[in-house]
Amino acid sequence: MLAPDSVGRTFAGADSIQISQSEIDAFAAVIGETDTSIASPTFTIRISLDQFQNILTKPEIGLDWSRLVHGDQKFEIFSQVKAGDNLRCSATIESYRVAAGNEIVSVRSDLHNGDQLVVSSWSTLVVRA
Amino acid sequence: MIEIGTALPEKIIYLDRAMLKAYADASGDQNPIHQNEEFALSVGLPNVIAHGMLTMALVGKYVTDWSGGPATVREFGARFIKPVIVPAGEKVDLTINATVIEVNGEGIKLDLVATSAGVKVLGMAKAVVVKR
Repeated sequence: MLAPDSVGRTFAGADSIQISQSEIDAFAAVIGETDTSIASPTFTIRISLDQFQNILTKPEIGLDWSRLVHGDQKFEIFSQVKAGDNLRCSATIESYRVAAGNEIVSVRSDLHNGDQLVVSSWSTLVVRA
Repeated sequence: MIEIGTALPEKIIYLDRAMLKAYADASGDQNPIHQNEEFALSVGLPNVIAHGMLTMALVGKYVTDWSGGPATVREFGARFIKPVIVPAGEKVDLTINATVIEVNGEGIKLDLVATSAGVKVLGMAKAVVVKR
């Protein structure tokens, strides 16, 4: 169960995630995108889900990642992610509820490049009963 | 002329196990439900299923092919309502359609429909793009 006092709080994630051309290329190749001068629109899920896992499974927060399914996802893209960017990630637990034994967590990821907010994304994660 | 009600051409993309493996490596999501049939069955799934985010990435490619490249997306969201089921040795369809539902200074808003084997797999799927 998620610790109730973590809801509404923002947690710092990694403060220097360097984006490489090879990871942009690999992501683009799967979907057949040939323009790799910038990252594909959903590329940053690679960062956000990894950061969510690191943050939300800490003992003081307590999410069980092993029974997780992804319920929904939304991105707002303010500027493009490119190779060489150094991104900082934070995660905010926006809401939490339990329905029929399933835990439903809404968490927002904010990716900054320096002072600039690059991408915000929202994930609903469901821990199955 | 792009206006409310304009329909984009339908596109069909085929997914197979190799694509799921490539997406797992590219995204870092190595959850075995997307690669290991025995494991998928053990947790009550009908078979190996595609990553919801792979489906979303492919729909994103459909959108950006129309709007003028990966830099054109401002907002993109979807619910994962049904899995895309990918049996071994098969190619399964992801059939994508879109309709313009809003045009304003912010961009063009699309309502997206994605089905696989006739089943709608995304819900509330929308994107806002600035067309080039």
